[in-house]
Amino acid sequence: MSLKRKDLLGMRDLSVEEVTLILETADSFKEVSGRDIKKVPTLRGKTVVNLFFEPSTRTRTSFELAAKRLSADVINFTTSTSSMVKGETLLDTANNIQAMRADFIVLRHPAAGAPHILARALQAAVINAGDGGHEHPTQALLDLFTLREKKREFRGLRVAIIGDISHSRVARSNIFALTKLGAEVRIAGPPTMIPRDIEHLGVSVFYNLDEALAGVDVIMMLRLQLERQGIALFPGIREYATCYGLTPERLRMASPDVLVMHPGPINRGVEISAEVADSVSSVILDQVTNGVAVRMAVLYLLSGGK
Amino acid sequence: MEVKKSGRSVMEAQEIMRALSRVAHEIIEKNRGVKDLALVGIRTGGVHLAKRLAVRLKEIEGQDLPVGELDITLYRDDLNCRKGHPTLRKTEIPFDITDLTIILVDDVLFTGRTTRAAMDGLIDLGRPSEVQLAVLVDRGHRQLPIKATYVGKNLPTALNEQVEVFLEETGEPDRVVIISP
Repeated sequence: MSLKRKDLLGMRDLSVEEVTLILETADSFKEVSGRDIKKVPTLRGKTVVNLFFEPSTRTRTSFELAAKRLSADVINFTTSTSSMVKGETLLDTANNIQAMRADFIVLRHPAAGAPHILARALQAAVINAGDGGHEHPTQALLDLFTLREKKREFRGLRVAIIGDISHSRVARSNIFALTKLGAEVRIAGPPTMIPRDIEHLGVSVFYNLDEALAGVDVIMMLRLQLERQGIALFPGIREYATCYGLTPERLRMASPDVLVMHPGPINRGVEISAEVADSVSSVILDQVTNGVAVRMAVLYLLSGGK
Repeated sequence: MEVKKSGRSVMEAQEIMRALSRVAHEIIEKNRGVKDLALVGIRTGGVHLAKRLAVRLKEIEGQDLPVGELDITLYRDDLNCRKGHPTLRKTEIPFDITDLTIILVDDVLFTGRTTRAAMDGLIDLGRPSEVQLAVLVDRGHRQLPIKATYVGKNLPTALNEQVEVFLEETGEPDRVVIISP
């Protein structure tokens, strides 16, 4: 079976069946990453281009490893080292890459919708690796994969997403995915960081962290994205940490077998205390491991979806 | 997959059982016992047959053999030519294959391409001292220089015919059927 689509642009338009197919396929790829020889010949001769207009270590490395473990060739373009700084448009850059016969373009871009423009214009498969404050589908998929591994079932799962919801594409992709799969999603953060009318996406909103955490099975902490906040949305980092930081005391409000997730990079002592980040409840590094398997699954499934 | 129920039955339950018993004896004879042997079934038909062979070998030699399951999808040579990918399943070989004699087990040997993919997949997992191939049915028409070590039944077929192996484990009575176009 394949995904019957050329591109992966967001969680919003994926069906439950498609999500399930990706997660089941990723399960097989996790086995490959556990081998001594972590490589299969499946995408031999295919070219994957990582086109990153924003800084990234984890996601870019994860896509690169995923492609290499499938035997594809990988090229990395980052803004600072390419002609993009010379004023070339996104579409021109992409057309040039396609002219070199790339099969996949993995795009991270500060503008929401940028991957959608490329997807329409190019024959190559486009994978959204984060577009502005819009979506980051592979992050949501690896979060789902990690949840499924630990909790088996999404239906009825109580998930709290905490932090700067307004600027977070990770939050948005996870909200689309989790509500679709039947989980109960709560969001919490300072009122300045909660988009108005977000209840329409099927989530409940909390401004008090302790109330949001009561009895939850999963806590997804978001990074405080200081680089995205042009204007001050909160009085200071210390106040944010006091009101919305996840501490061992707060963790006790949640269900005893709660999982703590974070898309990384973590700001220790700000949104999450070091004790919580390193506790047995934390699955932050499992998320990273699973990210490679999930991205292998996405590359594999899109390569058959022509 | 839709399975056509029509077609000519060429092996029934008892014949399949006898063929597997003979193959089990041949394995023991060729390897002078079952020391350092392991069975690896190729998904999906080969897995059930590998498990049956392991049971038979235990009855004869009184020793449990490790049994693994190999999915060859990632090693196929036709992923670029097909429309859509076959469903990916998991490879589960919970033992180190290095320095063992591995008996690959499949239901039908046809072009030999599956066997080629299986050997490549196996060698990525370690270095067996020897790889042998056991199949229930050899229907001919090889496209690669591959030969089975143990054959349950040689079955002359036309290229455009289909050979289906049904096994109890998948909820059908044991039988091998040739379906003509």
